[in-house]
Amino acid sequence: MNRLPALAVAALLLIGASDRRSGYDDASPDTRAMQDDDAANPAFLWVQQGEALWSEPAGTTGKSCATCHGDVTTLRGAATRYPAFDPQRGRLVTMEQRINLCRTDHMGAPALAWDDDRLLSLSALVGLQSRGMPLAVEPREPFLSEGAALFRERMGQLNLSCAQCHEERAGESLGGSVIPQGHPNGYPEYRLEWQGLGSLYRRLRNCMVGVRAEPFSPDSREAAVLALFLAVRANGMRVETPAVRP
Amino acid sequence: MVRVLVNVPKQIAANAPFDVKVLISHPMESGQRRDQLGQAIPRDIINHFICTLDGETVLDADFFPAIAANPFLSFSVVAEKSGTLALTFTDDHGVTQTELVAITVT
Ligand code: HEC
Ligand code: HEC
Repeated sequence: MNRLPALAVAALLLIGASDRRSGYDDASPDTRAMQDDDAANPAFLWVQQGEALWSEPAGTTGKSCATCHGDVTTLRGAATRYPAFDPQRGRLVTMEQRINLCRTDHMGAPALAWDDDRLLSLSALVGLQSRGMPLAVEPREPFLSEGAALFRERMGQLNLSCAQCHEERAGESLGGSVIPQGHPNGYPEYRLEWQGLGSLYRRLRNCMVGVRAEPFSPDSREAAVLALFLAVRANGMRVETPAVRP
Repeated sequence: MVRVLVNVPKQIAANAPFDVKVLISHPMESGQRRDQLGQAIPRDIINHFICTLDGETVLDADFFPAIAANPFLSFSVVAEKSGTLALTFTDDHGVTQTELVAITVT
């Protein structure tokens, strides 16, 4: 009779701080080797592009990112805090959205689409400045609770929740791949399957399409609260941007 | 312009092998895939790569399909003195690009 509560507690503790595994830990030695060597990590082709874009003027103001921010190293630590609550706008902002807000509000340049290589390049460059630092995202309510609820909500024709794969079945395999715990600490990251760099949003989209659900749109509140929940769940884990995954 | 990253050690000892690591942003389209309308996607791969050191060939390679996008190459070179590596590649569209990298041998 007492077994049920014990199981429930075990499930809650399943991803306790010490048991947390980055997707890196579940990747093959070959994939890890690619991430370990910046000279072999194809994501650095995007970082290189990001470095060029950093000081390239854009928009009606003729300003570049460097005009206001100086050297990109001044943004060290910024990526450990996103998604973050923006008090002026009264909403959560992801790193990609923050960069786009700088373009639209500070540079007079159009926002870049979520899968635009230029946006990925800039967010990889900014993320790299925080590599090795622990994630420290503010557990802001009500967004966190909303994200936690979405993570546990069954969705799609397969009627599966994120938690059913990334908590209950983490470490087991799905087809040929190991189901990781689903941490966001390496984004944007280079996926061998994509043969390119992709954002956390692209990953969420893939997982949602995988269960035959209609993916949340990139600027939706749902996508942002889910990203916040994932980040808070991974708080303390080290930023690996730009990571390499299978 | 294709994006290319070349990595060589900062300090290289004379007559001792060192690694040259190269990443090239390229789709490496195999020519065996079809698009959503069923049309064959034309092959577009880097088909030739050559590396010279002060004009002398150190690597000359033909590439074939079944290499992943954004290929990574790593090979060893031996140099007697400081010089310039020239890495030239050509793809199926006939695009040719050369990257020059100075090496310092001590
Ligand atoms: C005209 C000045 C200006 C320009 C140009 C500009 N920014 Fe910003 N940036 C800001 C300000 C001001 C903030 C603080 C948040 C706000 O008020 O929007 C900020 C915040 C940021 C942050 C968040 C930092 C943190 O600690 O949370 C990032 C990342 C960032 N900018 C990246 C960029 C990038 C990338 C570009 C170029 C595409 C850029 N910015 C261009 C003014 C600028
Ligand atoms: C049917 C199981 C399944 C479901 C349901 C699922 N995922 Fe995934 N997810 C995977 C698998 C498998 C991978 C790893 C793919 C690979 O690397 O080959 C993955 C990868 C991820 C990653 C990337 C981790 C890394 O290290 O890069 C994140 C983040 C993620 N999922 C979040 C989610 C979220 C959020 C949901 C709910 C909207 C969700 N997933 C639903 C199976 C699932």
